[in-house]
Amino acid sequence: MRELLRTTAVITKREFLAYFSTPLAAVFLIVFVALTGAFTFYVGNFFQRGEADLSPFFAYHPWLYLLLVPAVAMRLWAEERKSGTIELLMTLPISPWAAVLGKFLAAWAFVGVALVLTFPIWITVNVLGQPDNGVILTGYLGSFLMAGAFLAIGAFVSALTKNQVIAFILAATLCFLFLMSGVDLVQNALQAWAPGIVSSAISSMSFLTHFQDIARGVVEAPTIILFVSLIVFFLFANVIAVDQKKAA
Amino acid sequence: MGALVEANALHKSFGPIVAVDGISLSVGKGEVLGFLGPNGAGKSTTMKMITGFLEPDSGSSKICGFDVETEPLAAKSRLGYLPEGAPLYAEMTPKSFLTFIAEIRGIGRKERAAKIGAAVERTGLEDVLDQRIETLSKGYKRRVGFAQAILHDPAVLIMDEPTDGLDPNQKHHVRELIKEMATEKAIVVSTHILEEVEAVCTRAVIITHGRIVADGTAEELLRRAPYHGAVAIRVPAKTEKTVIAALSGHKAIDRVETINTDNGQVDLRAIPSNGVAIVADVAALLQEKGITVSELFVERGKLDDVFREVTISEQEGANHA
Repeated sequence: MRELLRTTAVITKREFLAYFSTPLAAVFLIVFVALTGAFTFYVGNFFQRGEADLSPFFAYHPWLYLLLVPAVAMRLWAEERKSGTIELLMTLPISPWAAVLGKFLAAWAFVGVALVLTFPIWITVNVLGQPDNGVILTGYLGSFLMAGAFLAIGAFVSALTKNQVIAFILAATLCFLFLMSGVDLVQNALQAWAPGIVSSAISSMSFLTHFQDIARGVVEAPTIILFVSLIVFFLFANVIAVDQKKAA
Repeated sequence: MGALVEANALHKSFGPIVAVDGISLSVGKGEVLGFLGPNGAGKSTTMKMITGFLEPDSGSSKICGFDVETEPLAAKSRLGYLPEGAPLYAEMTPKSFLTFIAEIRGIGRKERAAKIGAAVERTGLEDVLDQRIETLSKGYKRRVGFAQAILHDPAVLIMDEPTDGLDPNQKHHVRELIKEMATEKAIVVSTHILEEVEAVCTRAVIITHGRIVADGTAEELLRRAPYHGAVAIRVPAKTEKTVIAALSGHKAIDRVETINTDNGQVDLRAIPSNGVAIVADVAALLQEKGITVSELFVERGKLDDVFREVTISEQEGANHA
């Protein structure tokens, strides 16, 4: 167990630094911060609303993640497979869990950095009024948790292919389905043929519905359980995918 | 101690293609095993199974007595592996990459500098330590891969085509490295360059179509060459018939061939009938006839010929079957 934690930490460190050794980090961070700002102030009518909270800021996070998180996740395994370094990595004396967990944590920490860099918006709202900072903190934590679920999906998909573009498209599609599963469009399509319990189960996994609660400052156990269990599930699937598909 | 690398009846298929069809090997300390075969014979697949990267369909392999499937961490910590093409993290520098490998392998902070220093010195990486790996030449990249494999001074070193794509000087350097380490380790090197086997290997295994078709020292394999032990002589062209008649009459000589006529000289080759040494007999016979011989040497045969013979005859056998 100690060995697992130690090797996981080493992998996390390498992967995290790997983001910053290419232009990807700068591009991602700038785009993320710029887009959150643009959505909050222009599309979300932050000033016109006249309310001291960050709900227009958080409301667009699921959509930004849909585009940007698969871009962070796509390289995790596809690149290793393409360059052959997966053979190097998997013949080191580490458990596959250390590699899967290490990569996931590095990507998650990277998204965490992006979230932290949006602090000027938090300062702005505090300068202009007296927001409930507890609600804002909840919103940040919920957003981070949702990013983790997106990342776990993206990392798993990345382990299935050596092509980063395919990894990106599949991950974005899968994330989109999870995001939209509560929306009428999807529900109507489901109810036509699936038993009620299936459609309501799928609906209950909708990221959008859960995240809207979090953005309002409401954190309920099912929401946390959903995101955490999705992360755990896809990390498991990731380990299996890495174990099974090493040769391809 | 017994064998450090053991492979036991490894099988692996990819869909309908049988890549490895029952390969067993054992390599002890001090041995350098050359793993030979045409491209696509199953060399890399076998190595990937021995190193625990690929799971075999059946069979098992052990590193220092630890099964790579059931005790992977113990096995892998005693193994240094250079995969085909020496894949590396291109965005890192040799220094940060070797530090990462040392950390992963649990080499403590105190020992780390010394171990990395030793590997760097051995592979001659001092000048490029802080350059990004993607900017390095092929030879340097290979050296980084090599340094990574020997960093923790493993008991077993497995290298998949370590000299492939290198220039002659770089090849020489890699071979010297392998020879230096040969006495303390069990080393497996795959290659399709036959001179390499004679240069560095204590033993060679030839595989084709996923099966072992020859196993022995370079000398033993050479004995299977068509012209092994044949005696080549150069005599004046006008004496050709006399010489052939004299030599063909000897019971130890199977036949005499004319290789080449040139400038009034003729090259002949006397082929022994059953692997006996005939050079003394040939010399004596020629002296008896008073023939001036300008050249005389014993042919060792070519590994190339052995390689072609065992790999092609196997193929034909498979086609007829």
